[in-house]
Amino acid sequence: MAMLSFERKYRVRGGTLVGGDLFDFWVGPFYVGFFGVTTAFFALLGTALLVYGAALGDHTTGLQTWNLWQINVAPPDLSYGLGLAPLAEGGIWQIVTICAIGAFVSWALREVEICRKLGMGYHVPIAFASAILAYVTLQVIRPVLLGAWGHAFPYGIYSHLDWVSNVAYQYLHFHYNPAHMVAVTFFFTTTLALALHGALVLSAINPKKGEVVKTAEHENSFFRDNIGYSIGTLGIHRFGLLLAINAGVWSAICIVVSGPFWTRSWPDWWAWWLNLPMWN
Amino acid sequence: MKTRYGMWLTGLASAVLLVACGERPPVDTVQVGYRGTGMEQVYNPRLLQEVAARNQAPEVVLPMADPEGPLAKDIYQNVQVLTDLSIGEFTRVMTAMTQWVAPADQQCLYCHVENNLADDSKYQYKVARRMLVMTRDINTEWQSHVKETGVTCHTCHRGNAVPANVWYMDPGPRKERGSIGTNAGQNTPVTGLGMTTIAHSSLPFDPYTPYLLDAQNIRVETTTALPGDNRASIKQAEWTYGLMTHMSNALGVNCTYCHNTRAWGDWTDGNSRPQRVVAWHGIQMARSLNNNYLVPLTDVFPAVGSDGQARLGPMGDVGKVNCQTCHQGVYKPYFGAPAAKDYPELRKKPAPVATESDGESAGEGDSAGSAMAESVTAQRSAPLPNAVTPVVNAALVARR
Repeated sequence: MAMLSFERKYRVRGGTLVGGDLFDFWVGPFYVGFFGVTTAFFALLGTALLVYGAALGDHTTGLQTWNLWQINVAPPDLSYGLGLAPLAEGGIWQIVTICAIGAFVSWALREVEICRKLGMGYHVPIAFASAILAYVTLQVIRPVLLGAWGHAFPYGIYSHLDWVSNVAYQYLHFHYNPAHMVAVTFFFTTTLALALHGALVLSAINPKKGEVVKTAEHENSFFRDNIGYSIGTLGIHRFGLLLAINAGVWSAICIVVSGPFWTRSWPDWWAWWLNLPMWN
Repeated sequence: MKTRYGMWLTGLASAVLLVACGERPPVDTVQVGYRGTGMEQVYNPRLLQEVAARNQAPEVVLPMADPEGPLAKDIYQNVQVLTDLSIGEFTRVMTAMTQWVAPADQQCLYCHVENNLADDSKYQYKVARRMLVMTRDINTEWQSHVKETGVTCHTCHRGNAVPANVWYMDPGPRKERGSIGTNAGQNTPVTGLGMTTIAHSSLPFDPYTPYLLDAQNIRVETTTALPGDNRASIKQAEWTYGLMTHMSNALGVNCTYCHNTRAWGDWTDGNSRPQRVVAWHGIQMARSLNNNYLVPLTDVFPAVGSDGQARLGPMGDVGKVNCQTCHQGVYKPYFGAPAAKDYPELRKKPAPVATESDGESAGEGDSAGSAMAESVTAQRSAPLPNAVTPVVNAALVARR
């Protein structure tokens, strides 16, 4: 792949966290680094294990399928607790989970190395870390707090949706989970903010043929005219990052409280509101 | 840095949330489905201890009675129900009832007239007579639900003259609200008439009248991939949700105790647990008991009992059973302790009884499990006594 004329300027040595100069090179457009190697290793191994798991199928029922929707690699029975399970009875799931976390964290650290090379802030890896946090909370932190790997979700398109449904019904009505409410609100607000921001930028810097590109001041003026206030070009990105990170973080909170810190129905949690002395 | 304020705010809010929850690890979990399906019961052992303390089967203090010997009906006068018991067995049941039901300061005289134990003029006597028939009916005709565990008076009464968990109709929340019309009692949290849906107040407030008294169709989910001709409304689904929430509260279990929620409509292995069949029979049983035993006693009860407490609800209806009446927060009453094992007197088939409030016992508990799915969609409608019909109709109108 051809390199753009100015790109070479940014391909500087150093900034690595691990491995020194050993992996400090590019393959085509991709920076490799130590964590590029580990990302590839974990991603390939994990994917291969999922294919292996799909090939084995479920030996208790004898069901095996290559239907992409129905392939299911499930965690062990609760009876295994936090121990290791045989490969065909959740052991594959356990190694895949290690691989997934290895790949995700490697990817984040590779982003850190790139940030260091460029002398930038770590905002991108921090943002990605909130997604990793949600995943690790679901698959490691909550299962550890509950005492068994079997509390984590299975790897499969339909099967993980079935898991979501049943876990929600463990608490009768998950929409009453206050942290879930906050997380959902952050997710929707994130998309709303992104749509507004994307639309505003396009309206200013992607003019019709023959018209001039507008400036950031046009963008600011639009929102000052519209709602009396513009957060500004820097602020909108801080705001967007805040919204999006909170969506991930509150997702993690809403699932980690379900079980370890609340065992009853989520509607029952709101009894404190009904029991306020004001009207009780 | 605004983002840093945000981080602190997030941390503070989540800390507040954790404190508000008031529970902590370790918790107990029970796997009830294939691994990874999320079918689990989740219990806080600290809370479970309190539930366990409340749900101990009473100690059997009375020695077993000799079933041989003269029959009580030949010795005592006016024995109409326990006609097949020996004098020893009869006395044993009477004594047990004073411990299970009668107030401690009244004992036998709660039901009986002093100096003439054969006098059945007290309403308590008449009610107790029917309740004995009911108890035997449950233990012999409803084994589809109670199996060999069975019930005694104590299963519901727990030492109270009136079981703590019975329900009465509440007219309040059904009132019209101007142009909005009736809201089916939604968003009405507390009434104290046995409506235990406190924190589930967004659901219709009384799921008992349509399902545990009348025989409305509980199924709302379609059994096909596309809805087809399923005309069930969201309101009907919420009503069903209300009943299911009640069952969950009453049994101290979550939805996955019976259901794999990926397919509510499917009764086959993997998508339903055997417990769902038992629960289905439980719904039939509660409905049968209400219609065949409790509602017919409406005229027997005074509005206010001898203890000054109400015996009839504001609609003039008698206290009725739901799942909570026996289960009291536990998946099996007394955590499955065989309550009736030591009371063979209560496990005999009800003898034919001739009383003024005679109602044939139900005995419809033998539906074959294989015909389950069909019979669910076509639940029989038990005929209702005139006294209740208008109220039920009002509730049904409200559903539409």
